[in-house]
Amino acid sequence: MNNVQLGFVDYAVLAIYVIAVVAIGFALRRYMKSSSDFLTSGRSIPAWVTGLAFISANLGALELVGMAASGAKYGIATSHFYWVGAIPAMIFLAVFMMPFYYGSKARSVPEYLKMRFDERVRALNSIAFAVMTVFASGISMNALAKLLNQLLGWNYHLALWICSAVVLVYVLKGGLTSAIYTEVLQFFMIVLGFAPVVYLGLKDVGGWGNMNASLQTVAQNPMALNLGEKAYAADAWTSAWNPLLGGPSANPMGVDLFAMVFGLGFVLSFGYWCTNFLVVQRAMAAKNMSAARRTPLIAAVPKMIFPILVIVPGMIAVALTSMPNKNYRIPPPILSEQVYDQAAAVVKASTALEGAAGVEAVTKAIGKKMDSAKVTALLKDAPKLSDADIKKGLYNAIAEYDYDGVILSLVKKYCPTGLLGLALTALLASFMSGMAGNVTAFNTVWTYDLYQAYLAPNKSDQHYFWMGQAITVVGILLSIACAYFASMYNNAMDIIQLVFGFVNAPLFATFLLGMFWARTTGTGAFLGLFGGIGGSAVFHALTTTFSNLDASGHVLNGMKGGYLGVLVKFPSEMAQNFWLASFAFIICFALTLGISMATRRTKTDEELRGLVYSLTPKIKDEEQSWYLRPATLGIVLLLCCVILNLIFR
Amino acid sequence: MGLDIRWPIGLMFSLIGVIMTLFGLATSSNAEMYHRSLDINVNLYWGLLLLVFGGWMLLMAWRAAKAGPAPEDKNSKPH
Repeated sequence: MNNVQLGFVDYAVLAIYVIAVVAIGFALRRYMKSSSDFLTSGRSIPAWVTGLAFISANLGALELVGMAASGAKYGIATSHFYWVGAIPAMIFLAVFMMPFYYGSKARSVPEYLKMRFDERVRALNSIAFAVMTVFASGISMNALAKLLNQLLGWNYHLALWICSAVVLVYVLKGGLTSAIYTEVLQFFMIVLGFAPVVYLGLKDVGGWGNMNASLQTVAQNPMALNLGEKAYAADAWTSAWNPLLGGPSANPMGVDLFAMVFGLGFVLSFGYWCTNFLVVQRAMAAKNMSAARRTPLIAAVPKMIFPILVIVPGMIAVALTSMPNKNYRIPPPILSEQVYDQAAAVVKASTALEGAAGVEAVTKAIGKKMDSAKVTALLKDAPKLSDADIKKGLYNAIAEYDYDGVILSLVKKYCPTGLLGLALTALLASFMSGMAGNVTAFNTVWTYDLYQAYLAPNKSDQHYFWMGQAITVVGILLSIACAYFASMYNNAMDIIQLVFGFVNAPLFATFLLGMFWARTTGTGAFLGLFGGIGGSAVFHALTTTFSNLDASGHVLNGMKGGYLGVLVKFPSEMAQNFWLASFAFIICFALTLGISMATRRTKTDEELRGLVYSLTPKIKDEEQSWYLRPATLGIVLLLCCVILNLIFR
Repeated sequence: MGLDIRWPIGLMFSLIGVIMTLFGLATSSNAEMYHRSLDINVNLYWGLLLLVFGGWMLLMAWRAAKAGPAPEDKNSKPH
C-alpha cells in the first residue's frame, strides 16, 4: 500500500555504506597480484575476520526474510534451524573436517574431492555447485528486488542492477579478500541495523513475557486471525521442543522428531555446513591451520544468538497482529492499486446487498480469501467512509498473509527517518554479503575446478588471474539473468530448486565415508552420489503431503511430489523434505559402502595421507593455550547450545 | 593482507553515528516523527551507540598499528 518516503539522512547512511565497501575493494587492489591472491586470499586472514565472514556469507537477504517469515509461521521452533541445524555441524567442521580441507592444500571443496577420489567426483560436484550458486544468487536477487519494489516502491531493475554493480566493483578489485572484509563490515551493519527494530518491537508488544502470552492465545485459536486451520497447545509457538515431542500434528511445522533430528540436524545441516564451498571457502582463506579451525567456531557464537535478530521479529509480528489496538497486521499478498480501486468500487456498490452476497462480491473483486466478519463490517460502514479508508479496510480484511513481508513491514512501522536508512542499509548489506559469497565461490570453482582442470590446463598464473576476474563479471551477469528468469518463470525456478535439493541431499554421505574410511573408492563415491540423487528423485515422485491431495486422493500439484503414485503421505512439505534428505543419505551411504567394497582401491595409503582421518597424523593442539584449542572451544559451544535448547524447550 | 578491516568499519560507523546523532538532536522537538518509534528519539540514542562502536573499532585498529605487526602464532608456519 503506502510506500515509505526516504529522507536525506537515509540516503546519506546508504551512501556512506556503499562508499565504505567500494573503498575496501580499492584499498585491496594493490595486493591482488596472482590468481591465488584473488581467488583464495593467499591464505592470510586472521580467524576473527574469516569467522565473521563465514557467518555473514551465510546470512543472505533470503535468510533474514525467510527466518522472520518462519518465526511468524512456526514461532520459536524456527530456532531448530540454528541450534540443531547449524551449531553441531559447524563444530564438527572445525574439529574434524577443517584439518583435511586446510591441510590438503586444496583450493576448493571440489579439488579436495579430486585428491581424495578422482576427477569424476570433482567434475560432478563442481558443475553442480557452479550452476547452483548462480541460480541461488539469482533467486535471492529477484526476491529482494521484488520486495523492495513492492514494499518501498523502488524500481525493480534499478535495485537489481545497482546492488549487483556495487558487488561487482568491490569483488573485482579486491577478490576474495575484499568479499571477506566487506562481509565483516556487513555483519556489523546487519546486527546494528536490525537490533533497534527488534528492541522497539519487543517494547511495543510489552516485552518478552507479554509477547509469549499473546502467542499462547494465538496458538490455541489461530483460526481467529486466519493464521492456521487448527488449534494447537498453548506453547506451540513459544516452545521449541515440547510441540515437537507431541508429534507432527502438535506443531505448526508438521514435523516429527526423527525428521527434525536426523533429517535436518544431521543430513541437511552437515551436508550444508561441512561441504558447501560458499562457507568452507571462508575458513580455507584463514592464515594458518589453527585460524582455519577456529573460523567455524567463532562463527558459531553469533549464529547461536541470531534467532533474537531474525526469528523474534516474526513472533513480534504475530503478537502485534493479535492486538487490535496496535494497528498492525502481517502484510497480505501484494495486490496492485487497481485491484484495491476496483474492490473499493464494488464495496460502495454492494452496501445494499444482504450479508453473504456482498461478501462474495468483494471477495471476487480482491481475488483472495477474505475475513467475512471484517468485510461485513466494512460494507456496513462504507457509506460513511472515504475511499482511502475503504481501501485500508479491504487491506485489513484480507485473510491471507505474505510472511516474507514481515521484516520490512516492521521496519516501516517502527523506523523514523534516520533509523530507517540504517535498517534498509542493513537489509541491502545482507543481500550483498550473500551475493558476494556466491560470486567468490563461483569464480574459484570455475577457474580452478572447471577451467584449469578441463578447459585450459597448464596456462600461466596470470592467465588464471585474468580468468578469475573475467568470470566474476560473467558470474554476476549470469546471476542477473537468473533473477530475471526467476521473475518471469516462477515455476521453472521451483523445478530447478527441487533438482538442487536432490543433488545436495546425499552429499554428506560421500564426505563422511571419504574422510573417515580409507577403503572408500572413487567409483563407490561417484556411483553412490548418483544413486543418492536418483533415490531423492524417486522418493519425491512417490510421496506427497496430505494437503496436496484432493478429497478422492488425487495429487493436485506434481511439483509437491507424488506424480508417480503416493506411497507415503507427510503432514507438511518440511517433513517430506527432511525425510527425503534422510532417505537420500542412507541410499548414498549404503551404495558407496557396498560399491567401495566391491571395487579395487586406486589410491595408496601414502596418497591419502592428509586426506583421510586414520592416515593423517593428529594435529597437536597441546602447544596452544587450552582456550584456543578447537576441541575445547567446540565442547564449550556445544554445551551452550544444549543449554539454549533446554531454556527454550 | 595489508589492510586492517577495523579502520573502514570504525570510520563508517563513526560517520554514520555522527550523522544520526546530529540528526537526532536537530529533530528532538519533533514529537510526531518519533511517535512511530514509541516516542523514543532513536536517532540520537542509536547514533551515539554507533559512534561508541565505531570509536572503539578505530581505537583497536590504532593500537594494533602502534604495536606493529602482531607476533605470529606458534603454528603459523606455512603448511
